[in-house]
Amino acid sequence: MSRNLKRNWPVYALGALLAIGLVLPLATGASALGFYIEVMLGGLMSGVLYSLVALGFVLIFKASGVFNFAQGAMVLFAALALARLSEVMPLYVAFGLAILIMIVFAWLVERLVLRHLVNQEGVVLLMATLGVTYFLDGFGQTVWGSDIYKIDLGLPKEPMIVGEQLFQGGILISKEDLFAAAIAALLVMCLAVFFQKTPTGRALRAVADDHQAAQSIGIPLNRIWVIVWAVAGFVALVAGMIWGAKLGVQFSLQLIALKALPVVILGGLTSVPGAIIGGLVIGVGEKFAEVFLGQYLARTFDLAGGGIEYWFAYVLCLFFLLVRPEGLFGEKHIDRV
Amino acid sequence: MARTIGEVILKVDGISLAFGGVKALTDVSFDVREHEVRAIIGPNGAGKSSMLNCINGVYSPQQGRITFKGQTFEQMSPHRAAEMGIARTFQSLALFKGMSVLDNIMTGRNLRMRTNLLLQALRLGPAEREEMEHRAFVEKIIDFLEIQAYRKTPVGRLPYGLQKRVDLGRALAMEPAMLLLDEPMAGMNVEEKQDMCRFILDLNDEFGTTIVLIEHDMGVVMDISDRVVVLDYGKKIGDGTPAEVRSNQAVIDAYLGVAH
Repeated sequence: MSRNLKRNWPVYALGALLAIGLVLPLATGASALGFYIEVMLGGLMSGVLYSLVALGFVLIFKASGVFNFAQGAMVLFAALALARLSEVMPLYVAFGLAILIMIVFAWLVERLVLRHLVNQEGVVLLMATLGVTYFLDGFGQTVWGSDIYKIDLGLPKEPMIVGEQLFQGGILISKEDLFAAAIAALLVMCLAVFFQKTPTGRALRAVADDHQAAQSIGIPLNRIWVIVWAVAGFVALVAGMIWGAKLGVQFSLQLIALKALPVVILGGLTSVPGAIIGGLVIGVGEKFAEVFLGQYLARTFDLAGGGIEYWFAYVLCLFFLLVRPEGLFGEKHIDRV
Repeated sequence: MARTIGEVILKVDGISLAFGGVKALTDVSFDVREHEVRAIIGPNGAGKSSMLNCINGVYSPQQGRITFKGQTFEQMSPHRAAEMGIARTFQSLALFKGMSVLDNIMTGRNLRMRTNLLLQALRLGPAEREEMEHRAFVEKIIDFLEIQAYRKTPVGRLPYGLQKRVDLGRALAMEPAMLLLDEPMAGMNVEEKQDMCRFILDLNDEFGTTIVLIEHDMGVVMDISDRVVVLDYGKKIGDGTPAEVRSNQAVIDAYLGVAH
């Protein structure tokens, strides 16, 4: 027990720090309860989207050991496809077609890139996905155009106000956000069932653990890779759809991939629950830091106080790399000597 | 049931394998008969594991042919080997460490799963039924290997000897025609070795599984094998029954050294 404590103290310390940060605004009366909850919901909402993108990273990394830099580009590409297709056909048909496009994309990536790079160094594979990223960016523009497009999910835009009896002014909640969170939760549940309960999921986990052994019992690596890239493509599509419906489909969409990097470091590169929790922690953390810490800094030190949102995730990630490189839920590597 | 040694099931013919300038195998030929226990022995670096990896398709030899069940290949692929009924275990464990014992062994049934992804995902009738059948088979293996108590334990937490059993169990789940064992007893204590020997002999006896094994422990090899191939520096220097091999001068020289 005490050894555990010794090993994990940086994590506990960090947890305590975050918890204090979470409680302090309320405890000191710096914020009204209603506003506090709104900030938290806003954080959770962007956290859900970080989680979805991070999930794509984790899926591919687990199954093929490839750090897929192109996940962000896949989000953009899928969202572009959905947005443009839905202009000429009903949304659900466009959604189906977009899924098909992502499956074809997964197949092409395996066929043209991964297959030829089996057993290469991680750096080589990373560079390959970097290439895929820029190709996909440009190709997306070539095919779909480079304006800002909107995806209309047909959801009510006006926010609802709940809890007016409890707090002054109540809490402002966007119905769209609630819907998005529900979709994300459903998706994560489906993936969990798929991975844990189906034979194909078992084969995927097997490939993730050991390529050679998986091959020796006749699990076809190539097909598994296509499946896992297709699933990651599907996750990208859902993330792109939600984000695009909120802010419009535009180039900046692919920058959220950069936010997903600290999320996977925090959660652990190989952990699906880690991606979810990491996303939520960073989503809430950066909103709180921006709103409350920023306020505090502005008041006390007469600073401008903004911009914390931009670096918060990376500082947290850097801290984790220093004290616990495997992340919250990742596999710890012990080298036998 | 007394097992009877049958026809030749695997024939390895003139295999040469080099990694750049390093010759791992030079013109090695031997055969394996159905239902027999065939050992490959040799000093460290003799090319035993390389030989196994050629049979199983992990390495592609530059020269030679492999004939399995009457079909001849210039080179195998791991997938085709698995499909044709060649299973293997690994020298350094290659288990799926994060998964339970049960799941590890269930992966061995992968090639026999017939239902498609959609049925599986929705857990519809046929997929559910199929899963139950495979589960029943895997339970038999778990009983056979006496690891009932560890069904749900993640493999990474088991002691080494038990992990070796799970590795064997996963290979058995494929219902292989031929089983390749790469040093199944390496790093085990005496009791664990005895257990493993018993499993190998029982397997061979009861199910008639053809077994090709690499082993360092000479006592074990001589006790349980029907015929032995001896490799040294990638060349075959002996082949025959344990008694023949033991009295072969080239083999004695390879193991004990030669005065120059």
